[in-house]
Amino acid sequence: MTAEALFSLAPLLILFPLLGLVVNIIAGRRLGERGVGIVASAAVGLAFVIAILQFIALRMDPSGATIHIADWIVIGQLEVEWALQIDTLSVTMMLMVTGVGGLIHIYAVGYMHDDVRFQGDPSRFPRFFVYFNLFIAAMLLLVTGDSYLTMFVGWEGVGLCSYLLISFWYEKGEDGIGNALAGKKAFVVNRIGDFGFIIAMLITFWFFGTLTFEEVFNEAEAMGAGAVGAATAITLFLLVGAAGKSAQIPLFVWLPDAMAGPTPVSALIHAATMVTAGIYMLVRNAALLEIATVTPDIIAIIGAATALLAASIAVARFDIKRVLAYSTISQLGFMIAAVGIGAYVAAIFHLVAHAFFKALLFLSAGSVIQGVEHGHHRADSHEEHFNPNDMRVMGGLRTRMKATFWVYLIGALALVGIPPLAGFFSKDEILADALLVSPAVYWVLVGSAFLTAFYMGRQILMVFFGKPRSKAAEAAEESPAVMVAPLVVLAILSVGGGLINSPGLLPLTHFLEDTLEGLREPEFVAAVAAISTLLAVLAIVLAWLVYGRRPMAHDPVRRLGSLWTAIRHRWWVDGFYDWLIVSRYISLSHWLAEVADEQFLHDWVHDTVIARSFVRATNWLASVLDLRLIDRGFDGLGALTRRGAGGLGALQTGYVRNYAVAVFIGMVLVVSYLLLS
Amino acid sequence: MIPGVSMTHILILSGVLFTLGTLGVLIRRNAIVMFMSIELMLNASNLAFVGFARSMGALSGQVFVFFVIAVAAAEVAVGLALIVAVYRSRSSIDVDRVSDLKG
Amino acid sequence: MTVEFAIFLSLAAVAVGASIAMLVSRNAVYSALFLVIVLFAIAVLFLLLSAAFIAMVQVAIYAGAIMVLFLFVIMLLGTENVESEPSHPWQFATALVLSFGLIIQFLIVANGLPGESGGDFGEVAEGFGSPAGIGTLLFEEYLIPFEVTSLLLLAAMVGAIVLTRWERSK
Repeated sequence: MTAEALFSLAPLLILFPLLGLVVNIIAGRRLGERGVGIVASAAVGLAFVIAILQFIALRMDPSGATIHIADWIVIGQLEVEWALQIDTLSVTMMLMVTGVGGLIHIYAVGYMHDDVRFQGDPSRFPRFFVYFNLFIAAMLLLVTGDSYLTMFVGWEGVGLCSYLLISFWYEKGEDGIGNALAGKKAFVVNRIGDFGFIIAMLITFWFFGTLTFEEVFNEAEAMGAGAVGAATAITLFLLVGAAGKSAQIPLFVWLPDAMAGPTPVSALIHAATMVTAGIYMLVRNAALLEIATVTPDIIAIIGAATALLAASIAVARFDIKRVLAYSTISQLGFMIAAVGIGAYVAAIFHLVAHAFFKALLFLSAGSVIQGVEHGHHRADSHEEHFNPNDMRVMGGLRTRMKATFWVYLIGALALVGIPPLAGFFSKDEILADALLVSPAVYWVLVGSAFLTAFYMGRQILMVFFGKPRSKAAEAAEESPAVMVAPLVVLAILSVGGGLINSPGLLPLTHFLEDTLEGLREPEFVAAVAAISTLLAVLAIVLAWLVYGRRPMAHDPVRRLGSLWTAIRHRWWVDGFYDWLIVSRYISLSHWLAEVADEQFLHDWVHDTVIARSFVRATNWLASVLDLRLIDRGFDGLGALTRRGAGGLGALQTGYVRNYAVAVFIGMVLVVSYLLLS
Repeated sequence: MIPGVSMTHILILSGVLFTLGTLGVLIRRNAIVMFMSIELMLNASNLAFVGFARSMGALSGQVFVFFVIAVAAAEVAVGLALIVAVYRSRSSIDVDRVSDLKG
Repeated sequence: MTVEFAIFLSLAAVAVGASIAMLVSRNAVYSALFLVIVLFAIAVLFLLLSAAFIAMVQVAIYAGAIMVLFLFVIMLLGTENVESEPSHPWQFATALVLSFGLIIQFLIVANGLPGESGGDFGEVAEGFGSPAGIGTLLFEEYLIPFEVTSLLLLAAMVGAIVLTRWERSK
């Protein structure tokens, strides 16, 4: 098969998940849980096969291809077509999305089976997989789109799926509305980012007259110094979009709340794939970033700051998924920082590796949660407000959930960056690059890495070691094979994932070279690796000292006092936003509703101005115009007609001879006329 | 050759007879006599037709007279049937006693 | 005064006189008989005007068939005298005035005839008005109207029968 023939299969990539979701929409109820799961997983699996075929095709023809599907918008100068861009960058992403996505689909079959029963609505099982397939399709559209606009469609599509899945149990959560609010928050915060994206698109079109990536980059390159301002503006606004989607300062607040969704959602969307869209988008625009002046620095600062801030907040979380959520934000900060310092390959490398081990961690956490939930039901304990996510009710799960414990440990070590696991290589590449470009960023990131190791150690120790701190933890049980099997695969990937860009060979760098021009070959700096490994081990030891030795009533870190309070309250960022934006917005809404709408518009404008003058006008119309003028006019007309009819009726005597006279008169008159004319 | 007789004479005679016919329709109340007056009018017009046919040497005028006679026959048949029907319902053929058409 | 004019004049006098008599006679039977006289006079005028065939048709159909029908109906209904007193007095006056106007108009028309038809009747082709000539014209040029006439007569016949039928069932 030629590369061209393989490239032409690319549309199937998106088609298969769409097909799966259509089948599940139509026949989901009849297929049963097993059927729905098989259809959804098979759809993603087939997409994965197509992605592999694209990869093979790229080995044959590294230049890639653009697969034109249809014209979309053709308005004057603006020409946007539906086209899929197949190059090494997008194929890397699609392999990751479909591969990890497929594993999470399989896991979700087992997880959702129990979840829908715990939450009490088994009929929602097919819906979950419809959303999941829709997400995969949108994500693939995002990574394959060849223009800003097609990418934006995928971008919005994944945002929609995120919203739908966060509030999947929309009637649950705090006060029965918590999940819905979390979904709303994610959606609104993402809108802010999307706003930036749209502005970036408008500037792009205004300045370059096109929206296709390739044309824009070529134009920018051709213009040289003339494009610096535009590139800076565009990338700055793209950064806003990326900050929204990839949960960076200042728009990261939605991601922890997004943990309201079922755990596979957290794993797939809010850890492995969707949140990396921002990084992917920035890397895709590497050509513009190279031209732009200020933006890379800002990106690096934001990334590093986010990494540190989120890592510090994660230390004080008790919800197992929230720890991982802040960890995700922190790791995304690493990637963003990597983009900022120009280490695009490192960013993508860490993105892929992170997808492996963070998906693994989330899925394992899901396994833990469900194990505890099972234990809760088994132990028949009737504790009010039992929260299976709370690490304080866990402990000692090492023995009860052996497989989960081991894969969790692998994931955690990979995240922490213990050699030779995936996270070690990817994080190290970023750190090495950072040291070369900007020591400040490097030290911030190292600090974050230290905190990462600390909170992961804390989490492992709280969840799996010590003694069970509740009856539920005592009775926890291992998850079924359909959930454990994907975990094992992901664990293997987390262990071996570092090989995709192992120092010396650098396969990923060489692979991406075909798409991203002018890449630096990352160097493996032994000192950097040694320092970060040492710090990681130190942090774990510290965690053991703090959490491992004795049963825990209160969090020992609490002794840090005001610092604890700060991180416990997430540095008051949410509160600050609430105070700065949300409460202002709500009081503005109140003012608009009560004063502007109710009092001004409704009471005054409507009731007083419009209604009263309308009534007056209609009164005048009714009594003066209608009654006096129109009514009388028509009455008069009627009377006239009646009188006229009476008069004419008299002519109609009914006597034939009268009619004959009339005819005769007419005849004489007509003949007279003819004679006289 | 019809020396001394011109189309004008024929036309005058035709006109006089036609006028007498209309007068009959207007002043007589007996439906049958009214009918006869109508026949008189038809004959007056026939006379004019034949006169013009002779004057212009066009035989079509006579053919028209033939048609007029045919129509008159049909008219009389139907008209008299109507009169009979009216008489049956009202026992009279006085047209002044029939005013059902009054509005 | 030529012989022909004398004939015309006398025929005209007979026709007009009989017409007036028809109008004024109280008895419908007399009216019918006066009308027969008028029709005969006109038939002779037709002969004078070289319309032999039409003259025969006039006598046969009008004076024969139609007038017999009139008389038959008059006698069937027994309505020789219907008018006792005149109604609508203004009707009579109006009719007279209008008739006078009409005659004036006819006179104007007759006097205003254009030159060629204004003078005495001239020569006419051999066989003008003969049955053969009329027949040829009728069956060649006026074939369709002729056939339609037969339909008309049929319709009249059916109509007459329907109108005069006794409703025995009632």
